[in-house]
Amino acid sequence: MRNLWIFINRYSAFFLFIIFFTIGIVLTLKNNAYQRNVIINSTNSVVGNAYAKLNVIKRYLNLRQVNDSLALENAQLKTRILTFNSIDSTKTSVIKDTVNHQQYTILSAMVIKNSINLANNIITVNKGSNDGIAKDMAVISPQKGVIGFVLDVSPHFATIRTLLNKDTYISVVLKKNNAYGSLVWGDKNFDFRKAYVKEIPNHFKVNVGDTIVTSGAGGFPKGIEVGRISKTQISTGDSFMTLEIALFNDFSTLQYVYIIKDRYSSEIKNLQETSKNEQ
Amino acid sequence: MNSKLVFYNIIRWFLLLFVQIFLLRNVIFYNLSTPFLYVLFLLVLPFGIPNFLLYLIAFGTGLTLDAFYDTLGVHTSACVALMYVRIAFINLSLNRDSIDEPEPSLGNMGFKWFTLYATLCIFAHHIILFFLEAFKLNEFIYTLTRALLSMVFTLFTVLLTEFIFHNRKSA
Repeated sequence: MRNLWIFINRYSAFFLFIIFFTIGIVLTLKNNAYQRNVIINSTNSVVGNAYAKLNVIKRYLNLRQVNDSLALENAQLKTRILTFNSIDSTKTSVIKDTVNHQQYTILSAMVIKNSINLANNIITVNKGSNDGIAKDMAVISPQKGVIGFVLDVSPHFATIRTLLNKDTYISVVLKKNNAYGSLVWGDKNFDFRKAYVKEIPNHFKVNVGDTIVTSGAGGFPKGIEVGRISKTQISTGDSFMTLEIALFNDFSTLQYVYIIKDRYSSEIKNLQETSKNEQ
Repeated sequence: MNSKLVFYNIIRWFLLLFVQIFLLRNVIFYNLSTPFLYVLFLLVLPFGIPNFLLYLIAFGTGLTLDAFYDTLGVHTSACVALMYVRIAFINLSLNRDSIDEPEPSLGNMGFKWFTLYATLCIFAHHIILFFLEAFKLNEFIYTLTRALLSMVFTLFTVLLTEFIFHNRKSA
C-alpha cells in the first residue's frame, strides 16, 4: 500500500494529467454540440461500415442459393415467354360489328418468308384458313401501300402473291382526278421500290409527284395510298399512258402485313360473274 | 513563494486573459494562424507550486478562456496538456534542488532553454486545442497546418512579450 502510494506520488503529474484531461474532454463532449455530433456520426459510420462489410461477406456466402433461385426464376420466365409466343394475340383482334355492317375486317399476320428479287415474288405469312383467310383476299402493308393478294391458304399459313409478281394487277386511281389505271410491277422491272401504272387514258393531265390510291375494286378498300408518280413521259404508242411510280412501302423490310377480309367479296364476285354471263 | 509573486501572477493572469480575449481573439491570419498569448501565464508560473495546484490553475484558466471562446472544455484540456508537458520538461531538464530563480521566464532561464520549453509546451497545447476543435482526422493535414502555424505565431508573441518585459526587469 505504501509502495503504491509512493508510485502514485512519484507519477502524480501523469495521473493528475489523466484526471484533469479526462474532465476536460468530458466537458468538451458534454457542452459542445459539434463535437458530440462528430462523435455520434463517426461511431455511426464505424458501425455502418462494419455492417456493410459483414453484409458483403454474407452476400458472398449466399451466392449459391441466390444463383439457384435466379436460375429457377429464369427457367420459369423463359417458359412463360414461350407460352406467350405461341399464343397469337392478334387472333382475337377481329371486331364484331353488327351495327354498321362493316365491310372490311383486318387481320394482321407476320411474314415468315419474304422474297423481293425473283421475277414472281411470294410472301408466306403465319395465318391460314383457321384464321379466316381465304384465297384472293387483299393484303396491305401496315404503314402505307399495298402488298398483293392471297395466293393459297393452308390451315395455319398463307402465301401472298405480292405486287412484285407478273400476275398481279391492282386497280388504282389517280387521287386528284380519279383516272382509273392498273398497277403492275412491270415486265423488265426488278426494282422493288418501283412499279408502273398502265392504262390511264392519255387525256388526263398527270404530274410527277401525284399520288396513286387504290380504286376500291378488286378487294382493296378505296383510297389506300400506293405511291407517287416519279416519271410520266413513257411512250407506249397507244391511247393509254404508262406512269412510273415510287412505292410508299418497302418490301425488303416487311415484317407484318394486314390481310383484308371483305364481307361482300363473294357477293360482288357472283354479281360480276352473272353480269359477264349475260353479256 | 512570497505574496508579491502571487500578486504579480494574478495581475499577469488578468492582463494576459484581457489581451487574449479582447484583442488576440480577433487576430487571425487566413483562418490558419491565431496567437494564444495567454499560455505565457501558464509557462511562467513560479516553480515550487504543487502539481495539483498547477493543474487546478491550468484548468481554471482554460475554463475562463472557454467561457469567452464558447468552446467549453477545449481550452481546458489543452491547458491541462500544456501543464503536463511543463511539469515533465522541468522535471527532466532541471534539478529540483538547484532552482534559484522564482519562475521559468526568459530572463531567468536563458533564451535557449526558454525557447525549447515554450516550443514544447505550446506545441502540446495547440495540438490538443486544434484537434479537439476539429474533432476528426478527416482534415488531418489542414488541422495540423493550423496548429503548427498558430504555434509559430504564439511562440513569436510569447518570446516578444518576454523580451519586452522581463529583460528590462532583469537588466
